[in-house]
This record gives sequence, structure tokens and C-alpha cells, in this order.
Amino acid sequence: MKARVHVSLKPGVLDPQGAAVAHALGTLGFEGVKGVRQGKVLDLDLDETDPEAARAQVDAMCRQLLANTVVETWRVEILN
Amino acid sequence: MKSAVLVFPGSNCDRDMAVALERVSGRKPKMVWHKEAELPLGVDLAVVPGGFSFGDYLRSGAIAARSPAMRAVADFAARGGMVLGVCNGFQVLTEAGLLPGALMRNAGLDFLCKPVELIVEETQSPFGRGYEAGARIRLPIAHHDGRYVAEAETLDRLEGESRVAFRYAEEVNGSERRIAGILSENRRVLGMMPHPERAIEAILGGVDGLPMFETLTQEAA
Repeated sequence: MKARVHVSLKPGVLDPQGAAVAHALGTLGFEGVKGVRQGKVLDLDLDETDPEAARAQVDAMCRQLLANTVVETWRVEILN
Repeated sequence: MKSAVLVFPGSNCDRDMAVALERVSGRKPKMVWHKEAELPLGVDLAVVPGGFSFGDYLRSGAIAARSPAMRAVADFAARGGMVLGVCNGFQVLTEAGLLPGALMRNAGLDFLCKPVELIVEETQSPFGRGYEAGARIRLPIAHHDGRYVAEAETLDRLEGESRVAFRYAEEVNGSERRIAGILSENRRVLGMMPHPERAIEAILGGVDGLPMFETLTQEAA
């Protein structure tokens, strides 16, 4: 079973990298980009075949390692 | 003082730290590889040094924080042991949950490598006792992810309990309240971004790191 984890910064956490990307988009002529928040995506390949069990497992992984709960939130997507 | 310095793949201030510890305490620290599940017996101080442990993969300090040696450090800290985390070591201590908050990309996005002026905010702990309250000292910084962040109530608690150990005298990296180093609740764990181990002899640009190693040595005696 494959799972995808989206890790993003909590609202209000300053994201200077996202701001730099937004600025660069403006430089390229893309107008109206009001903001960019940079996050990361992790694709996991799991032995688990039960979607709910997989979700619980990946959730625990996020809490313990994949996300820093001080500044980040996450969303788990079960892909198949 | 018996000390131990943790070593991860990518640590690069471990040997500077060992030199500083040996020079002041007169004893060579034990170097502890990250796979070791226990600290050497009778250690007074465990140090998590600077560098780029595990290549800063995932987040700075994130992988190192989950290593067997760090679990031993957490147990050691829980028993009241003294722990010093410098630079990447500070990042590791926050990732391991031994200190609150997180260290994020510098606000200006630059890697900052220069001496900075710090205000000594705390002089009760074994780390700060050798300094005068409010003293201005100079230590080098060398980091990309040094912007300290925490929730407002955590920051208020740190301030209220006098657990901000060092503050940048001027804005440096966007840290909340210009925090450069913080203490644990029992004041036995210090995490800081500046490098005291790089300021132990005049020929290297200053000696403002010495008082910390001196009082740590006294505390252990």
C-alpha cells in the first residue's frame, strides 16, 4: 500500500523560503501570486494492506519523525 | 569533569568541542558514536556538537534526535545530568524534545558565519554562572537554520522562568525575541546556536567561551 504525506508549515510560521519563491515568480512575470508556502511531500511504500491501519501507522510516523509538531502540520493520503 | 561528546555522521565541531573540554577540565572527553545506546559510566556532561548530522536530511537535527545515543542522553538528562547542545546540537535537543521550540531557516536565508555579540541573560545555571548578568560577550555563529521559534506562551514561560540564557544583542537571524540559547526547566540542559568552543583562546578571536567550560568543570567537581 502506498501513502503520501504532505507536510506543511502551521499558519503564522514565517516561511522566508516561500517568500523568496513568491518573489521569484513575480520576477518571471507571474502576477497576482499573493503568497507561497513551501512544504514537503513524502511517498511511503508500506507492507500494510488495510487502508485504515496504514493511515494510523503513517500518522504515528508523522508525530514521531516526519513532521515537527512545533511548527508543522501534516495530511496523510492513502494512494491505493 | 568527565564528559562525553556525541558524534553523528556529518558532525564537524566534535573535535573542537573535545579540545575545549580537555583544555579546561584537564580530561579528554569520551567520543560517543551515535549507535551507542549508553553513555560512558560516570559522565558529568554530555555534549551534542555542531555540524550537519545526517546531512540535515528531513530537518536539521531530526534524524540524530532519534538515534540510540540521543535516547541515552534523554535518560541522562532525566536523571539530572548536564547536557550542552551547540548549533546543530541545539537543533537536535529541540527535535528530541529536551528543549521547547524549533530552529528554522534564517529569516534572511543566508548561511551566517561571523562573530556576534550576545547578552548573558542568565547566571544561575552551571552554564551561565561564570558570567556577569547582562554582560556582553562575543561568540562566533555558523548556521543556516538558527531562527528560534516557539509559541507565544512557551516564549513567555521561558522568559518568566529566566530560561533564556543568551540573547543576540542585535537582530541576527530572525529568532523570536532574539533568543540565542535556552535552558531546560531544571537548568541542566542548555541549547545555543553560537559556539563557545570556538572562543577559548585569543588567537582564535576571543576567550568568551571559557567561563562556561570553567563553571561546568567546577559544577562536576
